[in-house]
Amino acid sequence: MQQKTTNHKAWFLVLPVLVLVAFSAVIPLMTVVNYSVQDTFGNNQFFWAGLEWFQEMLSDERMWNALQRQLMFSGIILAIEIPLGIFVALNMPKSGFWSSFCLVVMSLPLLIPWNVVGTIWQIFGRVDIGLLGYTLDALGIDYNYTQDTISAWITIIVMDVWHWTSLVALLAFAGLKSIPDAYYQAARIDQANRWKVFRFIELPKMMGVLMIAILLRFMDSFMIYTEPFVVTGGGPGNATTLLSIDLVKMALGQFDLGPAAAFSLMYFLVILLISWVFYTVMVNLDKKGM
Amino acid sequence: MARITLDNLAHSYNPTPTSENDYALKELNYDWEDGEAYALLGSSGCGKSTLLNIISGLLMPSQGRILFDGKDVTRAPTAERNIAQVFQFPVVYDTMTVHDNLAFPLRNRGRDEAYVAERVQEIAKMIGMEDMLRKKARGLGADAKQKISLGRGMVRKDVNALLFDEPLTVIDPHMKWELRTQLKKLHHDFGHTMIYVTHDQTEALTFADKVVVMYDGRVVQIGTPEELFERPAHTFVGYFIGSPGMNVIPAKVEGTKAYINGSEIALGAGYAPVDGKVEIGVRPEFARLSESEGLPVKVRRVEDAGRHKIIRAEFFGQDINIIAGEDDPVRADMTRVTFDPARVNVYANDWRVAPQGEEAA
Repeated sequence: MQQKTTNHKAWFLVLPVLVLVAFSAVIPLMTVVNYSVQDTFGNNQFFWAGLEWFQEMLSDERMWNALQRQLMFSGIILAIEIPLGIFVALNMPKSGFWSSFCLVVMSLPLLIPWNVVGTIWQIFGRVDIGLLGYTLDALGIDYNYTQDTISAWITIIVMDVWHWTSLVALLAFAGLKSIPDAYYQAARIDQANRWKVFRFIELPKMMGVLMIAILLRFMDSFMIYTEPFVVTGGGPGNATTLLSIDLVKMALGQFDLGPAAAFSLMYFLVILLISWVFYTVMVNLDKKGM
Repeated sequence: MARITLDNLAHSYNPTPTSENDYALKELNYDWEDGEAYALLGSSGCGKSTLLNIISGLLMPSQGRILFDGKDVTRAPTAERNIAQVFQFPVVYDTMTVHDNLAFPLRNRGRDEAYVAERVQEIAKMIGMEDMLRKKARGLGADAKQKISLGRGMVRKDVNALLFDEPLTVIDPHMKWELRTQLKKLHHDFGHTMIYVTHDQTEALTFADKVVVMYDGRVVQIGTPEELFERPAHTFVGYFIGSPGMNVIPAKVEGTKAYINGSEIALGAGYAPVDGKVEIGVRPEFARLSESEGLPVKVRRVEDAGRHKIIRAEFFGQDINIIAGEDDPVRADMTRVTFDPARVNVYANDWRVAPQGEEAA
């Protein structure tokens, strides 16, 4: 019979992590849960509200509109960044000095702090002093992100594409580099054209990293706050008020702690759900043998 | 099918080769006969893959020409040469079914679907995958994938040659035998010209009609397995082929006698005076331990390989191997070794010297 070794002292080794996670994630989250089921009128007086805030938020058009804008934003940037990233990766030099050069240049946007990115584009797009805004204006194109919804959307989308396409391109490039030469040689022997090489060799081999790229870009864009806030502040009107911007307005602008807490919990659950779906799909793809 | 001619072919990866050492493949003239099975055998980095890639058109040789049926294809791209290649790692199109994989080269050439379907059926039968046609290629094992890449090569009827670049490297040992047998059978039934690169002598000797042994960028011998065994043209062939390899012993050769440290050994034929570094080569199979005849030898170790015994011994300060039959006695008083005179080859500067009276190979 095998002797069972039990040593409860081992728990002490896990303790530091548990404490860290508790303070950095669990306790703050629980405070939010706490706010979401109570009402307060200040003075640290709380009244039990049950699921009232959740019901209120679900019937509030404001949240649904923000969610709609958010999905539109994430959808558009994914539809641009993923194909563009793949295209860039396909056209990058595969080795040598220029390959390293491209990698470094493309990493640059990723290294810039988010509010700086916002500031860069905020100034870049200004009609009075910004290079982009001034040029467009001089060309007679009606562009003004502070007043025109379309201009505002184009600005934040172009900004996100500028900031994050590199990430997709770098991941796709890593995927491409891992394809053995023999595949390309076989394709030449089989007389496959460029499109078929992409469709049947490169794309399937990149699928794994592309799923990661899509997941990362979706989560990041779904939670985006700093850059559009710095550029448009959610305006004009509510035109670019994405979920997180709306949340911050509600929680810190209006100090509606209860509804904001309920809102953020639902926000969190949506992200969790979508990430879980992605994860499941990815694991299934792996099982089929990538 | 085609006859493949290599004319003054050589290749260097260095754009401005200055000496012979810069060449990965040294100058070579050879005809690969139509419908034969060849093995290119050599250790890693001997230039065999370079040669294969030149034939398939993946590499442009730095000098010389390559002809298919007398037509110069040196500058023709891979697609125009109509060759098929099976790579070291199975190359299949993961997202396609087995059927679509096999159909791919034909569809790319715009053949009509009825012909494609018929041809795919034939090939599936040849490689024994008829019942897997609907499966996706991604989930299959390495051996099945390797069969698919072979099938993709043979699906074109006009294919000039089938090239194999160490195709069994990633295959499990028990499947290797089966695949090799299948290959051999396909060659027998359909008569494709096949060139098979390997560093495994068993693979080469069992697969090929003719084995091309390469060493240091040079073809050192082309011959049937029997020729390589009995008359290795280079000491490298001697010890690369055979297990254990040929014993190579420094000697002096005069007429029909060789002398090792002054002791005499009979040779099977007479030799003209030989210059340079002279050695004699004897395969362990043709050496025999004895009590009274021959030259003194010190037995170090006897390994029983099942069917035979391998005797590791010291002979004038040099290690030699002797193979004795399973039932042959090996006793402590057997301190001498004899060589079968007809099986002793003479080497000068590593190249075999033909005895007087032998026709040049």
